[in-house]
Amino acid sequence: MLTKRVIPCLDVRAGRVTKGVKFKNNVDLGDPVEMAVGYSDGGADELVFYDITASAERRPIDIGMVRAVAQAVHIPFAVGGGISSLADMERVILAGAEKISVNSLAVANPGIVAEGAAVFGAQCIVLGMDPVKSGRVPSGYEITVRGGREFTGLDAVEWAKRAADLGAGEIVVNSVDADGTRDGFEISITRMIAEAVGVPVVASGGAGIPDHFVQVFREAKADAAIAAGMIHTGECTIADIKRAMSAAGIPTRTGW
Amino acid sequence: MIALVDYGAGNLASVRNAFACLGEQTFVTRSAKEIASASRVVFAGVGAAGSAMANLRAAGLADALVEAASGEKPFLGICLGMQILFKRTEEDGGTDTLGVFDGEVRRFPRVDGFKVPQIGWNCVRAPGGGGKAEEEKYFYFVHSYAAQIVPQTALVCEYAGVEFTALVKRGRLWASQFHPEKSGRAGLEFLKEWLEC
Repeated sequence: MLTKRVIPCLDVRAGRVTKGVKFKNNVDLGDPVEMAVGYSDGGADELVFYDITASAERRPIDIGMVRAVAQAVHIPFAVGGGISSLADMERVILAGAEKISVNSLAVANPGIVAEGAAVFGAQCIVLGMDPVKSGRVPSGYEITVRGGREFTGLDAVEWAKRAADLGAGEIVVNSVDADGTRDGFEISITRMIAEAVGVPVVASGGAGIPDHFVQVFREAKADAAIAAGMIHTGECTIADIKRAMSAAGIPTRTGW
Repeated sequence: MIALVDYGAGNLASVRNAFACLGEQTFVTRSAKEIASASRVVFAGVGAAGSAMANLRAAGLADALVEAASGEKPFLGICLGMQILFKRTEEDGGTDTLGVFDGEVRRFPRVDGFKVPQIGWNCVRAPGGGGKAEEEKYFYFVHSYAAQIVPQTALVCEYAGVEFTALVKRGRLWASQFHPEKSGRAGLEFLKEWLEC
């Protein structure tokens, strides 16, 4: 049986993994490569890295880090941040990443999703989105960019459908409202999107305890979910999350 | 040294890295001669079957691969590199492939609750009703098309109600639908076994 994936997310700022609340107040957590190895050995099904300062600083993603991670871990990983062209995507893929995550770039230039999928295959192109509750769009969730600071007028469900039609192979729904709160994933928007698109959906933002994963897989129909702060601080391990999933009858990879 | 066949179908960095981790050197080639003389050949790939076959034919590699995949020389096909060893695939409106194995490759059916492509970790088991489930053996899969079960099928996997070939073997020719290079420790152990075959 295909298992539900648990994916640690590492926000990288100036070569270090950091974690903030609602994209602010970042604290240092460690070295990305060391943390990647630790999570891979600890049962992570996949990893995702966001070079969170690359876009703001208008510089390309740190390819040296991508290469070092690819040499150190042998599970899939996605990379986002600081990608502005097909050439950037190619550099990341050739450095050994499995997937490229595009977010603000896709909002500004949706064609890049189709171009990336045509060149590298849909499975390589992940659409990241940062929805926020909003009364201005039909689904009640509006897409933001720049870490939740700028509203785009795009309806989150419509945008997800469009991105999947363009060729995104996977959609990461990162709730800005839930991010860093540790109160649990935003079930409502995750489920709406999981039901609206034919590609896998990854829930992101808000996980605080292992039961939050059980809830998002059960209630929101997510195919994968992201863990960040709760595992970075050492309060919980991937194994704790997977034990809770197994106990609840949710298929999860064991025996790593 | 292990020859990694480069036919413009994706990224070989992960395969290189996995073999490097096992202390094995690899080199990338698109020369029929080098494929013929290499002691081991890896044929990996993602992407679409139609363009992959067109690239292989244009590069004059189709015959060299069939030759290398006779089962005498250690040969490893991965993902699209495995599917192309079958006779035909439904992909790209129907594409004739190398025909080393007799079966067909078909798209996963539309079934409620199953997204296509299958992306993620799935478990494998020996074929046949009496096959013992290897519950603890998970590999990473990314694919929309799946190969039929053939007499040479060594491991099967199930998705969207379809049981399909996860690993096919003939002599020292092994070919997996899953990505051993992305399958963590289980994947490295699989590659190590192949290195010993």
